[in-house]
Amino acid sequence: MSTATLALEPAQVERSFQHTATIYLKEAKYEFLKYLRLRVYTASVLGFPLMFYVLFGLVLNSKENFGGTRVPTYLIATYGTFGVMGASLFGTAAGLAADRGLGWLQVKRASPMPPFAYFAAKVVISLIFSTLIVLALFALGLTFGGVRMPVAEFARLLGTLVAGSLPFSAMGLALGYFTGPNSAPPTINLIYMPMSFCSGLWVPFMFLPKIVRQIALVLPPYHLSQLALGVVGAGTHESNSRHWEALLAFTLICLGAARIGFERDQEKMYG
Amino acid sequence: MIAAAERSEAPRKTREAVASLDSVNKNYGSVRALRGVNFDVSAGQVVALVGPNGAGKTTAVKLLLGLMPPTAGKVRVFGADPTDPENRIRTGAMLQVGRVPETLRVREHIDLFSAYYRKPMPAAEVLAAAGLEKLGERKFGELSGGQKQRVLFALAICGDPDLLFLDEPSVGLDVEARRLLWDEIRQLVERGKTVLLTTHYLQEADALADRIAVINQGEIIAEGTPAEIKALTSGKKIRCITSLSLSHLRQIPGVTEVQEDREAVEIHAAEAEWVLRELLARDAALSGLEVTSAGLEEAFLVLTQDNERNGRQRN
Repeated sequence: MSTATLALEPAQVERSFQHTATIYLKEAKYEFLKYLRLRVYTASVLGFPLMFYVLFGLVLNSKENFGGTRVPTYLIATYGTFGVMGASLFGTAAGLAADRGLGWLQVKRASPMPPFAYFAAKVVISLIFSTLIVLALFALGLTFGGVRMPVAEFARLLGTLVAGSLPFSAMGLALGYFTGPNSAPPTINLIYMPMSFCSGLWVPFMFLPKIVRQIALVLPPYHLSQLALGVVGAGTHESNSRHWEALLAFTLICLGAARIGFERDQEKMYG
Repeated sequence: MIAAAERSEAPRKTREAVASLDSVNKNYGSVRALRGVNFDVSAGQVVALVGPNGAGKTTAVKLLLGLMPPTAGKVRVFGADPTDPENRIRTGAMLQVGRVPETLRVREHIDLFSAYYRKPMPAAEVLAAAGLEKLGERKFGELSGGQKQRVLFALAICGDPDLLFLDEPSVGLDVEARRLLWDEIRQLVERGKTVLLTTHYLQEADALADRIAVINQGEIIAEGTPAEIKALTSGKKIRCITSLSLSHLRQIPGVTEVQEDREAVEIHAAEAEWVLRELLARDAALSGLEVTSAGLEEAFLVLTQDNERNGRQRN
């Protein structure tokens, strides 16, 4: 057997479908519990978008509107984007970088764990935390901001934002392979914060300087936030397919980078 | 390679090798971590790979676990490539880890790893075997260093594997915890398991292993039973305070080496009795006399020093 067979999905242990499903389920369950109990994660990933939303969407500006959309509604879309991006980037990149750099991933790789289960669990918990963030934002808006929208519209908003977490999970996997256990969190922040600002997640897009608005065109959170804003009638009215295409392209690039990192790792020794 | 290795060829062949390295080289860039290593682990034995830090022990284990490919040579486990997924079901590994997810409970870690295997041991048995009965509900991050090591041991055995790799299992354990681990390893072997452990404590290898391979700078420099390894530096060590000169001492028949050690001298001899008679006869004022047999620790030092001297001459 050559190095190539060590690659992405090596030959698998023969197992019943039920056994394989159990492994994937447990992997995801414990990944979820791991992060749920990790206060640094829950406090920052859930806390920041909710705190910003309460402050800028409910306490201040709640009577204002941006281009015809009420601020509390508008900000669910933008802080929702901010939230799913944070949950996905920190959930995948920080965990992967630490597991990789500090030897835990090797223990898992030495076990009969199906390798894909490890990555799937990270992506699944990013989806779950993304859902929780959007639901929490909506609950706040509904209760304190007078946000009202048809159920179908809300379902579309939730679906868009949660599906939109996938490109950031892919980015997180790539970052997790190219950063170390200590450098991962600051690197994520270095990318996450400026990208959020330039994409109009903090200051509404139309108030940003022209140069920044042009940079935003290549940033994935811009595309996701425009899709979400489109649902509540406040997008820039470009076609949705352009935004989805941009997100898909970004996802594929990140997965490619993650794959390079994965293969590079097989040769490396830690500790 | 030293005589003991050849002497032990015969018994080794009688058992089936479940894991082997055959003329294996492993380079990390320009660093040659393993050089032409031949090494077998026979079924039902405890084999200890002993050497100083950086000798290549962990590299050998990682190759056998299929975590990376060798630069040259052949690695086999259960007659197949180590990356064969079926091998992963039959092996368990305890590796040196910097950080384990800390917010999961001991029981949860074991539950997850057990799920990977087809016929895992019942969780209660795993907890008992690793001495963790009372700690199942504890989060990993709340455990002491020794308890953490025991969890990693539990994860290695939870699938009831036939072959167990333990990389420096007793690092960070206190004396009592180390004894407990040794008992566990002995019980595993009684149940027909095979164990490869790496250690830099010779005492540990001596206490547990059927065979010892001494590794230094990426080469196996001696291999044999603990007794054979000890025999490589046969003889006794005599320590005393004497007025006799070093050159005088060297002339006494049977003396192989003389060294000054602070106010005393250390005399190495194949047999102590004759040398002692001479010493006492020649120096009536001799004091502070101690006679010890050269232990495994010393054998190890001699072996690795010889190896390093030879290495320097080669270069």
